[in-house]
Order: sequence, then C-alpha cells, then structure tokens
Amino acid sequence: MRSHEHAARLSVRARPLLERFGVTGRGLVILLPYLWLLLFFVVPFVIVLKISFSDVDLAIPPYKPLIEWVGKNALAIKLNFNNYAFLFTDRLYVNAFLNSIKVALLSTLMCILVGYPMAYGIARARPTVRNLLLLLVILPFWTSLLLRVYAWIGLLKANGVINNILMALKVIHEPITMLYTPFAMYVGIVYSYLPFFILPMYANLEKMDWQLLEAAEDLGCRPWQAFCKITLPLSRNGILAGSMLVFIPAVGEFVIPALLGGPNALMIGRVLWDEFFANRAWPVASAVAIVLLLLLVPFMMWYQSVQARETAGAR
Amino acid sequence: MASSAAAKAEPWKDPGARPYVQVERITKNFGEFKAVDDVSLSIYKGEIFCLLGASGCGKTTLLRMLGGFETPTSGRIYIDGEDMTGVPPYERPVNMMFQSYALFPHMTVEQNVAFGLKQDRIPKSEIRDRVGTMLSLVKLGDFAKRKPHQLSGGQRQRVALARSLVKRPKLLLLDEPLGALDKKLREHTQFELIGLQDKLGVTFVVVTHDQEEAMTLASRIGVMNHGEIVQAGTPSEIYEFPSSKFVADFIGSVNMFEGKLIEDEPEYVRIGSEELGGTIYVSHGISAPPEATVWAAVRPEKIFMSTVPPEGDDNVTRGVVQDIAYLGDLSIYLIKLATGKIVRVTQPNTSRHAEAIGWDQEVYLCWDATSPVVVTR
Repeated sequence: MRSHEHAARLSVRARPLLERFGVTGRGLVILLPYLWLLLFFVVPFVIVLKISFSDVDLAIPPYKPLIEWVGKNALAIKLNFNNYAFLFTDRLYVNAFLNSIKVALLSTLMCILVGYPMAYGIARARPTVRNLLLLLVILPFWTSLLLRVYAWIGLLKANGVINNILMALKVIHEPITMLYTPFAMYVGIVYSYLPFFILPMYANLEKMDWQLLEAAEDLGCRPWQAFCKITLPLSRNGILAGSMLVFIPAVGEFVIPALLGGPNALMIGRVLWDEFFANRAWPVASAVAIVLLLLLVPFMMWYQSVQARETAGAR
Repeated sequence: MASSAAAKAEPWKDPGARPYVQVERITKNFGEFKAVDDVSLSIYKGEIFCLLGASGCGKTTLLRMLGGFETPTSGRIYIDGEDMTGVPPYERPVNMMFQSYALFPHMTVEQNVAFGLKQDRIPKSEIRDRVGTMLSLVKLGDFAKRKPHQLSGGQRQRVALARSLVKRPKLLLLDEPLGALDKKLREHTQFELIGLQDKLGVTFVVVTHDQEEAMTLASRIGVMNHGEIVQAGTPSEIYEFPSSKFVADFIGSVNMFEGKLIEDEPEYVRIGSEELGGTIYVSHGISAPPEATVWAAVRPEKIFMSTVPPEGDDNVTRGVVQDIAYLGDLSIYLIKLATGKIVRVTQPNTSRHAEAIGWDQEVYLCWDATSPVVVTR
C-alpha cells in the first residue's frame, strides 16, 4: 500500500503542469462533449426556460426581463406562470399536443410495419448485396429534407406523377386528392423517418444467430412460428430503439405537416412556430417548448435504458 | 470401444435386417460445387453412426439433408420406411443437436428443453414430467431456471442434448457434439453420450472431424472425402483394414511404402519396395493385376525396433534414429532409412527404466507378415 502511494507521489511530480491541476488527457477528451452539450443544449435550454417565465412585451426582444432592480438595493425575480396556465386553459394547445402524440404514434407504428421487413431483408441478404441495400437506405440523407418533401408534393398533387400515371392507365377517371390530407402527411413522415427505424433495427437483426431459427424448426416450428417465438422476442430491443428514434422527433415535427398536411393538421411544432413568428409571443412559445420537452423526457429515458440493455447484450 | 448393444449385434452383417435410415444415391450440388456426390448409406436402429472427414468433405451437408435443412439435388432418404426426402424439418421425426448448440438465449434451460414439446401441444403436466426427467438425466436439475449465458460450455452442451432428445426422435443428428469442449471434458462426455444412447435406444448420426471421437463413439464410421463415402465400417475395420491410401492415412498415422508386386499367390504376396530398400511379405492374398503399383501400409505401433539384426530377409529394414518424441505413455521415433524415407515407430514405455535408444543410433525395424495392409489406390 505504502509503496503504491509513494509511486503515485513520484509520478505526480513527474507530470506536466496541466496535470497537476487535475487536467488529464482523458479528462480533456471527456470534457469536450460535455462542453458541447453545455454550450449548445444547456445554455439555450436555460434561456428558453427563462423566457417561458417572463411577460410579453412590445419590444426587442419581445419579453420583459425576469430579474429587475427595484429601488436601490433590491433585486426582484418575477416568475410568471401565466404562460403555462394559459397552455392548459386554451384547448388549442392541449389538442395540438394530443394530436402530435397521435400522429407520432401512428407514424411509428407504420415505420415498424414497413421498416421491420426491410431491415430483416437487409440482414438476411448476402453480404455484398447487404452493403448496397444499406447504402440505398442512407442515400436520401444526401439530399435536403426540404427538397425531398417538395418532391412528394410533385408526386402527390392533383396533376402530379401518381395521379397522371393512374389516369393514363385508366384506373381512375379524375385525380384523387392526396396532397394536403392526413394521408400525405403520414406518407411524408414515414418516408422521412424510415431510415431512423431501419438502421437500429438492422443493427439488432444483424447480430441474430439464424441457426436459432433452424433449431426452432427442428423442434417443430413452422417458419412463421419460429419468427414469432424466436426472432421477434430477440429483436424487441431493436424495435424499441428504432421506435424511439422515430417517435421522439416526430412529436415535434413541423416541416412535413406544414408542407404536406392540410390546414387541419394541427401539430405542436406548428403551434410553436406560429407563436414565435406570427404572434411574437415568445414566452408562450417557450412554455410550449418546455412542456414538449418534459413530455418526451420519459420516452428518452426509456430509450436510454433500452440502449444500455442492448449494448450490454443481456436479453 | 463402442459399447452399445447394437454394435455387438452388428445388424449390418445380417442380410435380412431392415435398415432404419436409408440414404439412396444422394447428391447435393451448390452451384457448380458437388458437396455430396452419389452417397448411399444404410444405418440400423440403435446405431451410433459417425460421419468422419476433414472440413469441406460434405459430412455436414449430408447431416443437414437428414435433418431436412437442405434438399438433395437427387436421391432419396427413408427413415423407418417412410420417404422423408422433401419433408421439412418441423415434420420429421428427427432432431438435431447443433454445433453451436443454438440454445434460445431469451429462454431458461427449462423453457429451452420444453420448447419442442410445447410445439407439439403436449399436455402441461406431461411436459413438466418429461422435461424434469430429461434434465435429471443430463444432471442439470439444479439449473432449470438459468439462462444459457449463465451456464458453462459443458452445461450448455447438455442442455442442447436434452432439448434434442426430449422429443424422443427416431433419429438424433449431432453436429460436432463435443467440438467446443476441452479435452478432459470431451473424453468424459463421450462415454456419457454412449451411456445415454444405450439407455434411450435412439439412433445417432454424428458428424465429426476428430477421428478419436469417432473411434470412441461409433458403432460404425463412414469416412468421407470430396463428398463421397470412401469407406464405411466398424472402427477396428477402418483402422486395421483401410481400403485406400486416403483412409489409412486419415485414421491414425501410418507408414506407406510404395512398391511393385513381385509374387502374387492366393495365400501371400511379396512386394518389392525401393522406398523401403527391401521386400515386404504379406500373409494374405490381394486382388491386383500383376506388376501393379501397390502401397503397403504399416501402423507405427506394429513395427518392432531393435539394435540387433532380426532373422529373415522380408519385412526388415535399417535406419538411423532422427528424432524422438517422449509422450509419457509412449514414445514416437522417427527413423531415417538409407533411401531417405522417414519411418514412424511408436513404442509403449512399459518399463520406467527402459534401455534407451538414442538419437543417431542405428536400429533395425521389422514387422509381422500379418501387419501390413496392401492398398491399390
């Protein structure tokens, strides 16, 4: 024990100056992401939190300061909870929240139904084909989301590609209204978020020992029974991880409902936008943002624990 | 070594016996590659039949066709008289123990073993009984509630065995069943496996690349090479009467002397071998054209070594000790002949203070006329 301490003291003396103050190379490496998070997440979050507790003002910026000097030696902090109270009194916000969650849930479900077979197919493809298929999944990321959503407008509109083809084939006689409907919005969301589901799902399925399926068949399972009893339970964590990656951002989705969905597609992201830019009601908008974040925290924590379990390998 | 009752009965020698598993001219192609080439095989009830061969010889493909995981390109498979050629694995009365064990990681030991029974909709109480009996048979009664990742390699192997046996299959297929175990455990498990097979009377087909394992387990061995069964027989037949150079060389170690027939009589043959630098006298007739090139295979343990010249001119040669490997129970000597040929000789260390034959010493080698096996290909 003593020789150990001695050695430690010796090495301290030998270390460069920085390390004497407890700054090690390892510490620096860990520090960087924390600094990043502090600068670009914690600080903005605190600012938004601060704004959410202030009053609206006709000024620039359009809210009153939270902390004020009153008189000579008194500092007053005025916390205004009205913004939050307002959210729960006006049905608009509650409905927007509920609708967002509904849209996100349905989109997640659709991503599972579409993405699971795709991820399964990629995981079971020959290794050479597999890389190509993965590339095709990632490929859309090379174009801006906005462009891709606009492309969908071109596909879905009344005299768009889909309607024209169906008309030319004489399947329909007049164009179907698809654009600016919930259908178009779901198409857009599922399309945009599908890769976020497929990639973790693939990562999970890729680790699967396919011999287990043979073992199940050997013990009397038909292929679909083997899938239900072996593949599905073993890929549960992949489904959860992928779902969270779709659900969490989909709740706050703004662009896709705005561009593809109709005027009735009232989602919280859009409300937030309107409050900020149309109404310049920054405090209420901030309150909306904070509540949205609080709503999503449990899901994020759940996702974290699923991720931890997945990496630990315990099933 | 094989202790099963069936091995003693030797049904394959009885022309009236009906084979339990019949493989008829099975061929399996993977694209251009012939994995299994026109294999026919009869396996009898209660046998432990070992398919032995190097990796890539087609033994696993043949096993997988018996299990229904591969469909043969041509040929038929009958199990207990029924044509099973196109029957999927889940409808065959056959179970397989996979090399990787393929235990379901999300289920306990108990659930793993019960899986196949549940699939057959067997009443719960019966499942409980049969799983319990099977787990105690493989000595895993105390581990029923554990998950596979909480078990040792040997325990996992026994779970896999229990899971494949609990359905009482007509045929159990074992793919390298002891491959993942260390040497001590492997030897122990070999005898356990034979005991279990004896008790349950299930017919086993075992795939292995380990000849020692095959010799210990099997009632009969089928030696495979390039997708074909080159010889099938009991372990001692395969060892003592190999039918080709390949089999003689594959099973155990052997000294192969190339030569020409100089005397070919019904009771004996004499072979002149340049490699040996002498003649080989074999006390049984062979069927080969005169002047044909043949090979005499002599096992290292059947060669006697001495410092004084033995009597007679046949089956005798002389060389210098080039290397000695002391293995404890026996020693291996590598003797270099005047022709340059290296001969391998093993001698049991029966005495603790044996008169030592040392390096670079000149020794005489000889063997009995019954020892060499003559092969023509």
